[in-house]
Amino acid sequence: MRDASLVAATAIASAIVVGMLLVILLDVVRSGASVISGTFLTAAPSGGMQAGGVGPAIFGTAALTILMTVAVVPVGVITAIWLSEYARPDSRLARAVRLAVANLAGVPSIVFGLFGLGFFVQTIGRGLDKAAYGGVATYGKPGLIWAALTLALLTMPVVIVATEEALRAVPRDLRDASLALGATKFQTTFQVVVPQAMGGILTSAILAVSRGAGEVAPILFTGAAYFLVELPTHLNDQFMNLGYHVYVLATQSPDVDKTRPQLYGTVLVLLVLTFLLNVVAVVIRIRTRKALASARA
Amino acid sequence: MSATSPSRSEQVPLAESAPREARESAAPAWRRSPPRWHGVAEALIKTTALVAIVAIVLIFVFIAAETLPLFTSHEVRAEVTPSTMAWKQTWGEAAARWSWQPASEIPKYSIAPLIIGSLKITVVAVLVGAPLGILAAIFTSQVAPRWLREILKPTIELLAGIPSVVIGVFALLVMATWTHRLFGLEHRLNAVVAGCALSLTIIPLVFTLAEDALSSVPKSFADASLALGASKMHTVLHVMVPAALPGIAAGVVLGFGRALGETMIVVMASGNAALVSWSLGVSTRTITATIAQEMAEVVHGSPHYVVLFALGAVLLLFAFATNVLAMRIVESFRRKRGGS
Repeated sequence: MRDASLVAATAIASAIVVGMLLVILLDVVRSGASVISGTFLTAAPSGGMQAGGVGPAIFGTAALTILMTVAVVPVGVITAIWLSEYARPDSRLARAVRLAVANLAGVPSIVFGLFGLGFFVQTIGRGLDKAAYGGVATYGKPGLIWAALTLALLTMPVVIVATEEALRAVPRDLRDASLALGATKFQTTFQVVVPQAMGGILTSAILAVSRGAGEVAPILFTGAAYFLVELPTHLNDQFMNLGYHVYVLATQSPDVDKTRPQLYGTVLVLLVLTFLLNVVAVVIRIRTRKALASARA
Repeated sequence: MSATSPSRSEQVPLAESAPREARESAAPAWRRSPPRWHGVAEALIKTTALVAIVAIVLIFVFIAAETLPLFTSHEVRAEVTPSTMAWKQTWGEAAARWSWQPASEIPKYSIAPLIIGSLKITVVAVLVGAPLGILAAIFTSQVAPRWLREILKPTIELLAGIPSVVIGVFALLVMATWTHRLFGLEHRLNAVVAGCALSLTIIPLVFTLAEDALSSVPKSFADASLALGASKMHTVLHVMVPAALPGIAAGVVLGFGRALGETMIVVMASGNAALVSWSLGVSTRTITATIAQEMAEVVHGSPHYVVLFALGAVLLLFAFATNVLAMRIVESFRRKRGGS
């Protein structure tokens, strides 16, 4: 009897968790789908944010995540390669890097925002202004590049952990075979191990994009703008962002009911961007694991 | 890894057994020493790996540097000091109160309401999220048939892929209405709504760590218990869960840290009134939400700016402490396991 109630409790808890996920997704799709149209996806917000669309926010989010990816993927992947292929696992440096990655993953997102403001904008940006722009505020203000770099730091642990996992999943035999044929360590790493782990490395990049596209707290003070007519064209321009736009529509609107369709439409676009990317990453990962398992068997 | 692969110079030349092409060329590929740029590239790889260390050190240094004027600058200390932040505020004729009103004519910086607010919401989130995450992990790893496990695990982990602003909107528009109808709490947005919404972010974290811990308990543990005649669920409760306890505990500790540092959900769902009250039904303001809402309007270097960075420093230390604690739990467990 106690067994049955315990089984029931665990089953109910699982059902609640999956249920909440479904309720959120259904709520957003049901309320947001009717808003989505060509104009909504391309036009700028208008009429006190009660009409128009989210074109600039989509553009800003894309620009931000592309810059972030360019910054984070090479650094993250190379760090993972060093950790998995070169470092001795018990060496002091490898442990320090791992400790740093674990703590980086635990830093609250709003603290990344503060750091981005204090370090990138106020220190690096103002320093650049003094050195190259005669003190005119050019880079010493919130902008695309600073927000992207802040997000790159935030997503770095995601890339490192997922890439390292992918590299470790490559069977040892392949490395041994390559080395036995006379290939160097470097050749083995980049011509055998990395190509084998490409699926996993791609997954890590997708996970980082999905995470970065959805974060709002780190870009609050480093570049996101409430409303802009013009699209960002320079690295130091401010930009609109889907996540920040959701926050603005949900909390700063004078008439909540009238902005609600716009809000749900924006949430749907954001979810499609972030959540679908996540689903893709999970599917790739499951397939890779299955392929590896059957290759080993 | 590098220790096990023989370096080039140690390798015995395979003159006679080498393939014909290799023998015929003047300097066969396998005999050439690796090009010099390999060494340069490998040094660059090692240098790149240091970026993570530099980043975390810079974060600590810069948050501390921006907080420092609270202890050193006369200008800032004329308005606020760490000790005035810790106590009630007195001004004019009014009685001393726990007030957080940094933008008023006489700025008041009691951090008590913010700390109480953060703790209230975090505790609600952990009390709701941890049991759900742990029970779901037990179901997934111990109870569910294989096919269901393979669907459940990725599905629950997908919860982590929903951006926090989306959960915030859901809490603001849907969950707040539910809890309002169910409990009729004092304010529509309160610590319960924010805590429940926040639990959605810690469930996948607790679930993943607990599930991993439960799945990595050796099968012989369960077999031994079952062979002794214990029932399936008795085995789960008295053998598997205790064996996985460090992983589960680490998940809860990390979940606590994550909940405390979450920003966008609480900004949207907690109501944001800085009240000193332990009631869960009233509007609540957290440390993170305060930084998010006030930093944009603050003059660089002003006392208010410094105080907000000090709040960030508090958050950073909390996050660091929970991280270290979780790692200690897992490590001490691994050592014990390794010894047995």
